[in-house]
Amino acid sequence: MTTIGAPVSTGTEKAAGGWITADGRTIGEIMMEMRNITLRFGGVTAIEDISFDIRKGEIRAIIGPNGAGKSSMLNVISGFYVPQEGEILFHGAQRPPMRPYEVARQGIARTFQNIALFKGMSTLDNIMTGRMTLMRTGMASQALWWGKAQAEESAHREAVEKIIDFLEIQTIRKTPVGRLPYGLQKRVELGRALAAEPKLLLLDEPMAGMNVEEKEDMSRFILDVNDEFGTTIALIEHDMGVVMDLSDRVVVMDYGKKIGDGTPDEVRNNKEVIDAYLGVAHD
Amino acid sequence: MFYREAGDFKTSYVEDGQTFPIKLDRYAYYVALAVAFGVIPFLIDDYYANAVLVPFLIYAIAALGLNILTGYCGQVSLGTGGFMAVGAYSVFKLMTAFPDVNILVHVVLAGIITAVVGVLFGLPSLRIKGFYLAVATLAAQFFLVWLFNRVPWFYNYSASGQISVPERSVAGIIVTGPETTAWAKYLVCLVFLVVLAWLARNLTRGTIGRSWMAIRDMDIAAEIIGVNPLKAKLTAFAVSSFFIGIAGALFFAVYLGAAEVGEAFGISKSFLILFMVIIGGLGSIFGSMAGAAFLVLLPVMLKNVLVGSLGWATDLAAHLELMIVGGLIIVFLIAEPHGIAQLWRLAKEKLRLWPFPY
Repeated sequence: MTTIGAPVSTGTEKAAGGWITADGRTIGEIMMEMRNITLRFGGVTAIEDISFDIRKGEIRAIIGPNGAGKSSMLNVISGFYVPQEGEILFHGAQRPPMRPYEVARQGIARTFQNIALFKGMSTLDNIMTGRMTLMRTGMASQALWWGKAQAEESAHREAVEKIIDFLEIQTIRKTPVGRLPYGLQKRVELGRALAAEPKLLLLDEPMAGMNVEEKEDMSRFILDVNDEFGTTIALIEHDMGVVMDLSDRVVVMDYGKKIGDGTPDEVRNNKEVIDAYLGVAHD
Repeated sequence: MFYREAGDFKTSYVEDGQTFPIKLDRYAYYVALAVAFGVIPFLIDDYYANAVLVPFLIYAIAALGLNILTGYCGQVSLGTGGFMAVGAYSVFKLMTAFPDVNILVHVVLAGIITAVVGVLFGLPSLRIKGFYLAVATLAAQFFLVWLFNRVPWFYNYSASGQISVPERSVAGIIVTGPETTAWAKYLVCLVFLVVLAWLARNLTRGTIGRSWMAIRDMDIAAEIIGVNPLKAKLTAFAVSSFFIGIAGALFFAVYLGAAEVGEAFGISKSFLILFMVIIGGLGSIFGSMAGAAFLVLLPVMLKNVLVGSLGWATDLAAHLELMIVGGLIIVFLIAEPHGIAQLWRLAKEKLRLWPFPY
């Protein structure tokens, strides 16, 4: 029998096991590990010597005050920034420096803090573009739109329709995304990231600027994605209520340094974290 | 009242993705094709072929090519004239070097050669964008014109520095040279336009088209979701130049017959085709053709009205024509910045609801 919250012994493996959460989900072995990451822009150090890991199946939150380096951290994971020091391990293997589209092909998808949809394209096309990494037919076949290309398009369309159903955006399927309200755009962006069938999903402030109902919807989608598809999620969020409710473990950053790491409860009671958020009295 | 999707059920994703989702549109398209292939060749005369239809068809191909690059992939190019010249000189060299090969094969080969040249000049797009890329392609324009002017090998050391097309026939029908009949010129260009427009539609609706549009709309996000920007941009340059090269080859071999590079493929040609794309509608295949039709037909129509109906002096009419066309372009862009294609789209939206306002 496994105790809730306690490490599970897998027998063959060593400490890499994982555990079972209070709501019955299994947190697996380490999927991605960041080791001593340092990222500098000229004289500014955005991230200083940060190490943490993301385990398979968990929802991992990264929090911190403005300018703490959270988005930079996501950009490092998605390959947009290359850190000056430190290493990134994905599925136990060290990841060489690679372009963002190569990272995407490894099964890492993300959404953006400021919506980065393709404004001139419809919802459907946006989500179909998310499946770019899974499409195989060559240019000649596409140009003739015969057999293989058409069959592939239909197969992927079916998968995309499942995502559209899941996110409840059937009615805006053919609407250009530029015309959609903010909350729906955020949802389409999540759909586009999901379309790639990622192993690791990075969400950069998925609830920024939303009202309570929209936040509830988005939280539900995030939990469902994690639960139904088994997708590992790393998210940045400012709404502490959401973070504490959704996430399994939280990393807290401040001024580019890691000041806390653990379960929501541990983080909430961490003195350094409280100081960073509420300020310290100087005497 | 009949123009709507209601009742026209789609039961597969292939059907849902068809080019003309509304029945009436589909029929209109088939009728247009039937008229273009079955009626016009019998009615066409030299005036209509040379002043209206053949230039329209060729410019429509060039505009399609530029629209793929600028409208779909978002890379501004001012080198269209230069790339057309590459097509023209390629077809000339091929025709004179291999006189026994079918001219249609030469035209396609000229397109492929232009595609290679286009990729070469597209390489800077990996580093620069917007106005800076426009200037880089402008350099291509000037360089290519200079090259074809200065290197006699390209014009087979002819004394005049011009290239002129030898006579060639397809299946016994003469398609190039001074003896060509109006309907033969028209049909050759029409076949190329129809096939190329079909290819363009297929490319732009699939994965590769989506990767182009993703680069256009948000290049950083595109790269992060898995679009290889190098591949997307260079394929756009290749396909675009292929189209433009074929347009250049046809422009020289079928339409002009003889050409001098600076005059036929100068910077003004690049701008003319860019205007067509902008007025027709960026990112629209129909728009490329509409823009070409607008800029080819309007001057001819104005000339007919001013000189023919009103009886003005020819040179006065020619000057006025430029002013009117220029003025109309500005009016048009203020009224509908997204071009004729967008007007057409809005008209169709209205028509779908007619007779109800919404």
